[in-house]
Amino acid sequence: MNMMRLKQDTVTLAHGGGGKAMRDLIESVFTSVFQPDGMEDQARLMDAALQEPGARLAFTTDSFVVDPVEFPGGDIGKIAVCGTVNDLAVGGAKPLWLSAAFIIEEGTEIALLRRIVESMRIEAEKAGVRIVTGDTKVVGRGCADKVFITTSGVGVIPAGRTLSADRIQEGDVAIVNGVLGDHGAAILAARGDMMLSTDIQSDCQGLGHLMQAVCAAADVRACRDATRGGVASALNEMAEACGLAIEIEETALPLRTEVKGVCEILGLDPLYLANEGTLVLFVPEDQAEAALAAMKSTEAGQGACIIGKAKKGPKGQVTMRTLFGGARIVDMLVGEQLPRIC
Amino acid sequence: MCLGIPGQITAITDPTRMMAMAEVSGVRREVNVAPIVTGALEDVVGKWALIHVGFAMAEIDEDEAAKTLEALRGLGEAQETLEAMAAGDAALEGRA
Amino acid sequence: MKYAEEFRDPKAARAALDAIARVCDQIGATAENPVRIMEICGGHTHAIFRYGLDKLTHPGIEFIHGPGCPVCVLPMSRVDECVQLAEQPNVIFTTFGDAMRVPGTRKSLLQAKADGADIRMVYSPLDALELARRNPDKEVIFFGLGFETTTPSTALSIQQASREGLTNFTVFCNHITVPPPIKALLDDPHMKLDGFVGPGHVSMVIGTHPYDFIADDYGKPIVVAGFEPLDLLQSVLMVLEQIRDGKATVQNQYARVVPEHGNPVSIAAINDVYEQRPSFEWRGLGEIDHSGLRIRDTYKAFDAEEKFGIGYATGARSVQEPEGCECGAVMTGRMKPTQCPMFGKGCTPEMPLGALMVSSEGACAAYYQYGGARAVEAAE
Repeated sequence: MNMMRLKQDTVTLAHGGGGKAMRDLIESVFTSVFQPDGMEDQARLMDAALQEPGARLAFTTDSFVVDPVEFPGGDIGKIAVCGTVNDLAVGGAKPLWLSAAFIIEEGTEIALLRRIVESMRIEAEKAGVRIVTGDTKVVGRGCADKVFITTSGVGVIPAGRTLSADRIQEGDVAIVNGVLGDHGAAILAARGDMMLSTDIQSDCQGLGHLMQAVCAAADVRACRDATRGGVASALNEMAEACGLAIEIEETALPLRTEVKGVCEILGLDPLYLANEGTLVLFVPEDQAEAALAAMKSTEAGQGACIIGKAKKGPKGQVTMRTLFGGARIVDMLVGEQLPRIC
Repeated sequence: MCLGIPGQITAITDPTRMMAMAEVSGVRREVNVAPIVTGALEDVVGKWALIHVGFAMAEIDEDEAAKTLEALRGLGEAQETLEAMAAGDAALEGRA
Repeated sequence: MKYAEEFRDPKAARAALDAIARVCDQIGATAENPVRIMEICGGHTHAIFRYGLDKLTHPGIEFIHGPGCPVCVLPMSRVDECVQLAEQPNVIFTTFGDAMRVPGTRKSLLQAKADGADIRMVYSPLDALELARRNPDKEVIFFGLGFETTTPSTALSIQQASREGLTNFTVFCNHITVPPPIKALLDDPHMKLDGFVGPGHVSMVIGTHPYDFIADDYGKPIVVAGFEPLDLLQSVLMVLEQIRDGKATVQNQYARVVPEHGNPVSIAAINDVYEQRPSFEWRGLGEIDHSGLRIRDTYKAFDAEEKFGIGYATGARSVQEPEGCECGAVMTGRMKPTQCPMFGKGCTPEMPLGALMVSSEGACAAYYQYGGARAVEAAE
């Protein structure tokens, strides 16, 4: 890797000016890592899978503004790649190409940028995608929080595959790929306001390979990645879309002990904590075993388990059977979950 | 203002300010132990306490905890006894 | 999790629920003619709904939700004063998360934060102290909210600030005490209550004797309860047994945490730092004598009211509740959340009218969030 040395340690407005300083920054920090053979402003691409009859193009975009930009288990770059890869994957697509646009605050350390870009390179390679185009802007101090990243992604959905929440039927089971809430808990601890120290790491990971495996093994009706608002929000959206009720079992929810601890101390509900590598999908009940086996054969699906099922009514409602067989509603999150002392 | 959680005191961190490290399911937070110090400060290490807003408010009495659980289990046994008695009655009356 | 999970055992819960049902039958309690038990503390309200205990217990029990939610009883004028303090230049206003969303006349603290005020959520008053140490050029104000559970923490923090000679740390004191509003409710001829589930964590500080008057003067049983579902179920059982046996005493179900005479260090700190206000305004209950605390003159330097000339130091102004808001009636058990005409219509968690829909332990929020309002069939 030919990493051109830059004169400065931090990003200045000159780096956003369009002149030589900017070209040097882009070449040294971004293109030399993402496209060592050279990068054009427009990527011209073709993949054989796109030409298959019945195949469809999948296209998604997302912006990433996480604070702190580096946290236990990852950084904003890792999330930016995994987030968009996962958006494509949960729609049933094989992720192919990503774009990456950066808005950088004046004064940001270049060494930080290099670490973020390296994270992105690693995740892209793991996911089997290429970062083929991008953009860089620099804004004045205080106009951005170090780095904002927007990634768009393109993938291909094979013929005959449709993942959509309105395909969920009564009796279908809900499966998650692992423990819930790690990312949200890790971020909360990393922000430092609550002065908690834990070893919890973000669950940030790509789910492309897992989705390929499970879609090949079972009829996946629908799938959502449980990002902001947690698993509860994903389930509420899906229930709304299919007009059925979803019932989950409190005893079936996989949770790390430390995440339970953070939630107990701060009075939070782990169902609403953000995830960055966790999804929930629905399959027909008689295909659950096959789906679980396929998921467990991948790195991201080791902890796969059934958490509930779709039922007749009331429409759009998500409920949870508690430890004692009592029932409570798991509602849509309103605003942000705030730590409480009551 | 009720959210308190049992945690274990693992070490003294600042004797002048009576601060110690408490641990709850692997999560650590520095807490003030003034309310539970009755003798030497170091004596609180290893004890379980009710943690609320950064203070160890009360020591958890292990004997009392055991007694409460005992009473609760007793309810279960009483229930089983009642069920056994009911089954016995039913058998006697030819209902079983 | 030790000392928590054992008290969530479903098998034991089943047994407790059966025992409760048996005693209810012995009393002759039915849905039409229920035993009315008040859980005083908002944390208990939250736990009851979180675990679905209201639906699992015998229909002859009616839970009356008490005023033990310090956010819920906060008058709007106090929220306005918080916002006023926070909007001053050079102030870092620190508060527990619970208070952030309560609407004031103009805005909530969360809205004030969005508008640029330096408002920070903290887990502990000690964190506010640390902010004061790290920011010597700023005025750090801590919003001291809560019943006796939290009062000692603020008191100990003020004592620490005094020892260190900090000059930029003050507390906006809204601490209140539990016994006075209970007495006010018991004196209300419209309130019909048969027994109480007492606040476990308040009692860990003040002990069990402050409730003697409930049994001795008013002839009602009270059981001080822990917060795990088994604690609540066992306490409800104990209250029912007292009612069945015609008894009225103070019992301590939470003996593993609550000492009979409370915590000496906490009590001493409270007495050192605070004194009773002659009266204090409670949302929904009006002015109650000797129910609120203010910082003593000896610690005047740490009193935000003194330093910033606000609140009771300048003469409180009472603020009208918003049109249609029935928080007062719900909080004193005269009305169920679902009976409030605004519930779910003009007042929702997204657009709350009053504190009971905003506070995580407010009865309305619990009903709305956990489904008391909507028919949820317990799964077979």
